[in-house]
Amino acid sequence: MTDAVQDSNRHTISVLVDNESGVLARVIGLFSGRGYNIESLTVAEVDAHENLSRITIVTSGTRMIIEQIKNQLRRLVPVHKVHDLTIEGPHVSRELALIKVASTGEKRVEALRIADIFRARAIDSTNESFVFEVVGATEKVEAFITLMQPLGLVDVSRTGVVAIARGSKPL
Amino acid sequence: MVHHDTMTGAEILLKALVDQGVDVIFGYPGGAVLPIYDELSKQNRIRHILVRHEQAAVHAAEGYARSTGKVGCVLVTSGPGATNAVTGLADAQCDSVPLVCLTGQVPTHLIGNDAFQEADITGITRPCTKHNYLVKDTNQLARTVHEAFHVARSGRPGPVLIDLPKDVVQNRGLYQPPSKTKSKYNPQVKGDIHAIEKAVDLIASAKRPVFYVGGGVINSGIAACQLLTQFVRMTGFPCTLTLMGLGAFPGSDPLFLGMLGMHGTVEANMAMHDCDVMINIGARFDDRVTGRLNAFSPNSKKIHIDIDPSSINKNVAVDLSIVGDCAHVIEDMIKVWKARQPKIDERALRAWWAKIEEWRGADSLRYPASDTIIKPQYAIQRLYDLTRSRNPYICTEVGQHQMWAAQHLRLDSPLHWLTSGGLGTMGYGLPAAMGVQTAHPDALVIDIAGESSIQMNIQEMATLVQHNLPVKIVILNNQYMGMVRQWQELIHGARYSESHMDHHPDFVKLAEAFGAVGLRAERPDQVDGVITEMLAVNRPVIVEMRTDASENVFPMIMPGMAHNEMVLGQEDRSRDNPGSEQDGMVLV
Repeated sequence: MTDAVQDSNRHTISVLVDNESGVLARVIGLFSGRGYNIESLTVAEVDAHENLSRITIVTSGTRMIIEQIKNQLRRLVPVHKVHDLTIEGPHVSRELALIKVASTGEKRVEALRIADIFRARAIDSTNESFVFEVVGATEKVEAFITLMQPLGLVDVSRTGVVAIARGSKPL
Repeated sequence: MVHHDTMTGAEILLKALVDQGVDVIFGYPGGAVLPIYDELSKQNRIRHILVRHEQAAVHAAEGYARSTGKVGCVLVTSGPGATNAVTGLADAQCDSVPLVCLTGQVPTHLIGNDAFQEADITGITRPCTKHNYLVKDTNQLARTVHEAFHVARSGRPGPVLIDLPKDVVQNRGLYQPPSKTKSKYNPQVKGDIHAIEKAVDLIASAKRPVFYVGGGVINSGIAACQLLTQFVRMTGFPCTLTLMGLGAFPGSDPLFLGMLGMHGTVEANMAMHDCDVMINIGARFDDRVTGRLNAFSPNSKKIHIDIDPSSINKNVAVDLSIVGDCAHVIEDMIKVWKARQPKIDERALRAWWAKIEEWRGADSLRYPASDTIIKPQYAIQRLYDLTRSRNPYICTEVGQHQMWAAQHLRLDSPLHWLTSGGLGTMGYGLPAAMGVQTAHPDALVIDIAGESSIQMNIQEMATLVQHNLPVKIVILNNQYMGMVRQWQELIHGARYSESHMDHHPDFVKLAEAFGAVGLRAERPDQVDGVITEMLAVNRPVIVEMRTDASENVFPMIMPGMAHNEMVLGQEDRSRDNPGSEQDGMVLV
C-alpha cells in the first residue's frame, strides 16, 4: 500500500450523464461516501435534445483509486460515458473566475495594469472597486488571484475546471 | 371525462408488476400507499404477505429472491415505513440481491414541506440502493417500473427503490408494456475471449492452483454453478468458497476445501496463501476473506472474473481480469480448455494435493465433544444429518451460529443457503426464511439463529402463523451475543462489556404465545429428539437449544493477521492480542 500512496496524481475526468434530478447528488455522494477527493467539479446541460449533462471532475489519487473512481462512476445507472482526459491524450482545460478588488489610488491603477497583462476584463466598476473576469488554466487564475491579494482583493467566485479533448473526436 | 385508454396509477403499477412476473409482494400498508392497497384487494394475481415490520418485508423479499433467482418485491408506506426498510435495502446492496422496493410518498405538491410521514427516501437510500427513482408523472410510472426490474436483475444485481407520491398513483395515465420499454443500462455479460484464453493458459500452467469462488456465481444462476462444478472437476484443482458462495460447488465433493476467510478451514486458507495461481470467480476480495492485505497470497498470479468492473483491483491488484457474467465466462473457459487439451503438471499437482491433505489432517473444525452440555457445533451437525435428505433451505442470523453453520453444513446445491454476508445484519434469518417458505411452500426451511439475533425480528413469528409458513427456527441459546463475547475474550481482555443479556424470554412459551410450537433441548441426548419432533410438525416451530456459553468459533484469523497465521483453537493462544492497528490501518 505505502508505495502506491506516493504516486498520487491529479486527473481530469469527463462524465456524460442523464440530466435528471439527483444525478449530481449520486456523483458527489459516491465521492464523499468512498472517501475520494474532489478538487473541482462543474456541471451543466450540454445536449438539450438528448437531455444530457456533462460533469467535469478534477480529482487526485493513486492509479488504483483513479481506476476505482472511474469504475464506480460507470456503475451509476444515469452515467453514460466516463473519460479520463488526463490519460487519454491531449486536452485543454479552462476555468473562469470573477474577482472583486476594492481599492483606490495607486493600488487601483496597479490592479488594472495587472488585469491587462492577464487579459482579465473589468466587467463591473465603481469609484472604489472592480470586478474582473479572468479565463484560463487553473494556474493562471490562481496567479492572478495571488497578485490581486495586496491590491484589495475582497471576493472570489470561480467556476471550477471545464475540459475537452483536443482534436476532432467527440467524447 | 375519463379517457378509456387511461388507468389509475395504482392500476398501472399492479399491471406492470404482473407483467414483470411478480407473484408475491411483502409489505405493510399506510396512508400514502392506500390507493395501491385498495387496488391490491381487487385482484388475485399477486399475493401479499403482511409482515409486522418493514425491515422484515425487505429481508423476506431477499429470501424469496435468493432462493428463486427472481426479483423480490416490497411495498411499504412513506416516512417511517420507508426508513424502516433501509436496513434491508443496505443488506441487499451489500449481498447483490435483486429487489424492487416500492415506497409511498406524500403527494407531489407537499414534497419538501415536512408533511406528515414525509421522508426524503430517495436521498436516504441513494448510497444503499443500486438505483432509485421518484416518479412524478403517472404516464412515466409503467416505464419506471419496467426499468427498475431491468436494473435490479441486470449486471451485478441489487435493490432498486421506486418512490410513489400519492397523487401519482391516484391520477390517471397511460400504460406502457415492457416490450416497449428500452433501457440504456446494459452491462457487459460476455468476457473478452483473448483474456479468457490467457486465463486458461495460466490455469493450465499452475503448479499450486486454487479456485476461490463467491456469491457472484450463485447470482449468475444455477447454470453457472453447474458449469463451475464441471470446470473445477475437469481441472482436478482444489476449490474454496466464500460465505456467500456456499452451495455454488458441492460441499461433499473431495475437491472442496471448505469455506475460507476469518473462520475458514486451515486447508482453504493455507491453499490461498501458498498457491501460485488463484482463480477468483465472482468473489470480491472482502476483508473478511483476505486478512491482512500485504500478506495476502503473496506468491500467486491472480485471475479475477467479475461482472462488476469496480470489484476488480479494488482491494487486491490482480494479474488478469475478465469482466463478464460468470456463466458466460466459465462456459467459454470450458470451450477453450477442451479445444486446447492442455497438459497440466500432474506431478506438481499431486505434490500440491499432498500438501493440502496434510493441512486437512489438522481437522481444523474439530471441537471437544461433551455428553453433559450441548456443543453448538454438535447441534448444527445433528440438524444437518437429520435433515439433509430433504435438501433444506438454510437461513441464518448473524454471529457465531452463522459461522458454525457455514463451517459444518456441507451444502450441495445453490440457492439453498441464505445469510447476511456483507452487511452482517442480525435479524436477517427469520424474515428471510419467511420469504423462502413463501416461494417454496412444500420445502423444509430452517433458520439457524442465536438468541440475540432472533429477538431483532421476533415479531415475524406472527407473520409465519398468519400465512401458514411452517418455518423451523433453531435457536442456539448461549445467553450471550456470542461473537461479541468471543472478540471480548480474545481481544479485549475478557471484559464482557454489555454482551450478556441477563434476561431472555422463555422461547417455548413465546412460540406458543404466537400460536407456533415451542420445543427445548438442554442436554446432548435430547437434541435428536427435538429435531425429529420439529420435523414432524407442519407448523412454525421454535426449537431452543441451550448450548455451551464458552464455546468460540475456530479457526480464526485474528484482525490484522494473515491466512497462514490462524488461531486453531482455545489451546492455541500464541497469537492473542494482535493489537488493532497495522500499517496505519485500523482493522475491524
